Amino acid sequence: MMRSRFDEQLALLNREIIEMGALCEEVISLASTALSEGDIELAAQVTPLDRIIDQKERDIETLCIRLLLQQQPVARDLRQISAALKMVTDMERIGDQADDIAEIIMSLNGRTAEEHSHINEMATATMKMVTDSVDAYVKRDISLAQAVIAYDDVVDECFVCVKKNLIKMIAANPDDGEYALALLMIAKYFERIGDHATNIAEWVVYSVTGIHKEIKI
Amino acid sequence: MNIITAKDLCLWYDTLQALKNIDVEIPEKTITALIGPSGCGKSTFLKTLNRMNDLIPGVKITGSVCYQGKEIYAPGVDVSELRRQIGMVFQKPNPFPMSVYDNVAYGPRTHGITSRVKLNEIVERSLRNAVIWDEVKDRLRKNALGLSGGQQQRLCIARALAVEPQVLLMDEPTSALDPISTSKIEELVTSLKEKYTIVIVTHNMQQAVRISDQTAFFLLGELIEYGNTEQMFSKPKEKRTEGYITGRFG
Ligand SMILES: Nc1ncnc2c1ncn2[C@@H]1O[C@H](COP(=O)(O)OP(=O)(O)O)[C@@H](O)[C@H]1O
Ligand SMILES: [Mg+2]
Repeated sequence: MMRSRFDEQLALLNREIIEMGALCEEVISLASTALSEGDIELAAQVTPLDRIIDQKERDIETLCIRLLLQQQPVARDLRQISAALKMVTDMERIGDQADDIAEIIMSLNGRTAEEHSHINEMATATMKMVTDSVDAYVKRDISLAQAVIAYDDVVDECFVCVKKNLIKMIAANPDDGEYALALLMIAKYFERIGDHATNIAEWVVYSVTGIHKEIKI
Repeated sequence: MNIITAKDLCLWYDTLQALKNIDVEIPEKTITALIGPSGCGKSTFLKTLNRMNDLIPGVKITGSVCYQGKEIYAPGVDVSELRRQIGMVFQKPNPFPMSVYDNVAYGPRTHGITSRVKLNEIVERSLRNAVIWDEVKDRLRKNALGLSGGQQQRLCIARALAVEPQVLLMDEPTSALDPISTSKIEELVTSLKEKYTIVIVTHNMQQAVRISDQTAFFLLGELIEYGNTEQMFSKPKEKRTEGYITGRFG
């Protein structure tokens, strides 16, 4: 096998993506536990992790651009590197949104989202989507990636349920409007995280098949 | 429309089979890149397209090559007319040791053109088409060997264009050139596509990606994969193609 140095760098790129993916899982997990337990200290741990995610994005971008410049990759190498370059953008957004969720949780003064089980469901679902999309990338597993893309509908349905419940809650309890809006925003951020995981999965499909959203590129 | 079609083409140098059942269709006014490791048969294939291999003793060819719908290996084909229509540019610039002007006028003269006015016109047009006119217009009478390597190669292209060919075969035309001359030739080749069909052998993958419409990958005398260049370099169909273009053979 020739090009062992290039192959080493591609392996490094994979490790970096896995690490960044693990950090994304961690911030979603922190945010969702903080929400269900009303734990402000847990929520406060998200921001420093988000900074690390931002740094990882920059590191991975730099590595990808260097590989594009030095190796002028084609075929599978080109697809892997360009997919990585697109995926880190979505991962970075996931970090931001988890951070946004954490910030809202801190403003809730220990109130939880218990009676809104759909929000917790969204949290669990999006965490799984992120885990699976990164897993699919590492294992070059298209069916896993496609499962992630399909799972986005579940998250979207949850969001619709959350909205309905919150509308009922505001009607029954007008004084709780601020709390309801906070929960709505949290749910919306989880819904966006699901979209980003879907994007990641779509780039995984591209990196394996050369086809992105049914278009050959 | 396909200007050249090779079908089940085989070629032997005595007992060595250098081409194995090659099927290729080359569309008119496109650029086709031939890639593959040294010795895989790229140059051999190129030369079968204008019967340059006929001159080599011990060569046996079977199958067919059609140019504009006519079999070029049929008896009675006018080979020198075929080579006028399908010109060749080689790896090492090989201008004749004569003036710039006479290099370009050489082909038209051998085809019977003697009118000074006509020759002047052909020489200027060919040099302009080869994007070297501005650099040599004041030294047309100087010896061509005094030009730089890149200029010599463009002069050779002008010389090939002077006989008004339809097809240009180029065998690694930039491998002896510096990057600036190389990019000039690449620009030139791309602009020539408007009027000519080009088949180019290259060892430079990025060059194939930059300039060609379709790419043919040869390995040990076989055509492994042939198709749209962008598709081949983003998602090749064959494992062996992928191994070669990504530089991880085997
Ligand atoms: N004139 C020749 N006589 C005998 N064998 C030749 C001749 N030219 C090429 N070959 C052989 O044919 C095979 C293909 O050569 P060639 O077409 O020059 O490959 P490429 O251009 O891909 O490097 C090689 O094994 C080479 O040694
Ligand atoms: Mg050769």
